[in-house]
Amino acid sequence: MRTPIMSPILAVYSKELRGQFYSLTAYVFTVAFLITGNWLYFQGFFINNQASLRVYFDLLPWFVLFLVPAIAMRTWAEEKRQGTAEVLLTLPLPEWQIVAAKFFANATFLAVALVFSLTLPFSVSRLGDLDWGPVIGGYLGAWLFGCAYLALGQWISSLTNNQIVAFLATLMAAFALLIAGLPLTLSSAGSLSGLLYRLSTYTHFEGIAKGVIDLRDVVYFLSFIGLFLYLNVYSLMRRYWK
Amino acid sequence: MKIEAKKLHKAFGGNVVLNGLDFHIQPGEIVGFLGPNGAGKTTTMRILTGFLAPTSGQVLYNDVDLIDQMLEVRRRIGYLPENNPLYPELRVFEYLRFVATVKQITTPDEEIRRVVSACGLADRIGQGIGTLSKGFRQRAGLAAALLGDPELLILDEPTSGLDPNQIQEIRHLIQAIGRTKTIILSTHILPEVQASCTRVLIISQGKIVGQGTTAELTSQAQGRRRFRIVIAGPREGVHAALQSLPGIVRLEADGSAAPDETAWVLEAGSDQDLRRTIFGLCRDRNWPLLEMQMAALSLEDVFRKLTTESRQPSVQEPRLP
Repeated sequence: MRTPIMSPILAVYSKELRGQFYSLTAYVFTVAFLITGNWLYFQGFFINNQASLRVYFDLLPWFVLFLVPAIAMRTWAEEKRQGTAEVLLTLPLPEWQIVAAKFFANATFLAVALVFSLTLPFSVSRLGDLDWGPVIGGYLGAWLFGCAYLALGQWISSLTNNQIVAFLATLMAAFALLIAGLPLTLSSAGSLSGLLYRLSTYTHFEGIAKGVIDLRDVVYFLSFIGLFLYLNVYSLMRRYWK
Repeated sequence: MKIEAKKLHKAFGGNVVLNGLDFHIQPGEIVGFLGPNGAGKTTTMRILTGFLAPTSGQVLYNDVDLIDQMLEVRRRIGYLPENNPLYPELRVFEYLRFVATVKQITTPDEEIRRVVSACGLADRIGQGIGTLSKGFRQRAGLAAALLGDPELLILDEPTSGLDPNQIQEIRHLIQAIGRTKTIILSTHILPEVQASCTRVLIISQGKIVGQGTTAELTSQAQGRRRFRIVIAGPREGVHAALQSLPGIVRLEADGSAAPDETAWVLEAGSDQDLRRTIFGLCRDRNWPLLEMQMAALSLEDVFRKLTTESRQPSVQEPRLP
């Protein structure tokens, strides 16, 4: 009998990933993401007549806005509803490791969804001369952008035992962070626009969509992920407070 | 493991669940927490496993606070939570392997085989947990708790949802494990503690209202006899006469009597067989003795007495077995 030597954190990771693939909702959203993404891109593709994915990466944040909350919603809410959180949190494993394992499982699932959308650049490269550099950069950036929202959604999921509530709350928070950086918002925000420009996920994704990976954007997304994973651990540790 | 709980209080919002719980558990004991629904059994178990923190008070394992050795204690505990939550998307062996890996068991396959045969799960090992019947789900949860041969088993209602044969099997299993390990289990079913536990803590309204070995509690219970009598006679006179009988512990009027009759419930020490005395009394006073029943008190009576008295200290309802 094969006995893969696995660390506890890897065991939680693979259990989470299984759970993600077992959940029908995540599939439905992934399929919807792939279909709408391809449809909206190819609608204008032949009019623009350019072998570039710029349009796709401009649209991507709006697809991610729906896909990511659907992936993240079950992370803790389902554990709480089923009561399995009680099993998981009384096993000899530090809370931060569980949070990290869950995050990486969700990030893997998101990566799989993005990999399936690679059919799009492959089709384009057959039709024209596609510059792969910005495409690879754009995909990595989109993944990073999605991971930031996954961390946000995972934290929100730890605050409720209802997946739908987690989904909607994450969607609202993600939407707010996105529209805060739209040119329209920034031009009408007055003195706040500097702050919004720095805080919004949209402004940090803009450069990535152009194919430019700026270290400042990467640091922004990584600290965003770090902050919400920390908050997730914090929300679990809160039960020890007296 | 030696366990000590000191003045545990727990409140959820304004709702006080535990109200100063104190107990000691010595290594090797099988302790049963017995109490009505909502008495605070599950909350106590959750605090003991570190899933919840008490609002005040502390839990000591081998004289060290649980908060300071959380992971160490979790490593040595096998826990079966209330309602036995499991991942429905996993198969039984996948779940056991997951728990074994997280518990960092060095020889997971041998260990899984051991708990599977101990819990009689061998036929269902490849089945999805979501499709198991309740009895097998319970066994799967118990098997996961047994993985790694923990020093302390905490089982919250381990036999709920099982049929009588399965209950019997689980009880035997608990007794077998209890020979070498410490076990804490909770239940609201009386025969369960009588069958498995070396000591019982009766908990009601978040407090320990009684404790002792099953034998102690039963003998305490059987230390009394209860009589229900119906006598046709003047109320005050009968009351005074009964009161003066030797060995009376408790005397209450039973409201169900007909207008010209008086009904009484009285308890006396087990060495006192009052039937002849009562008959003699009625004959001397010329009061017709209409009914007389005698019963020994059971553990059930002690339980009922302890758990209802703490709830309604002023109201005393006479009860018949």
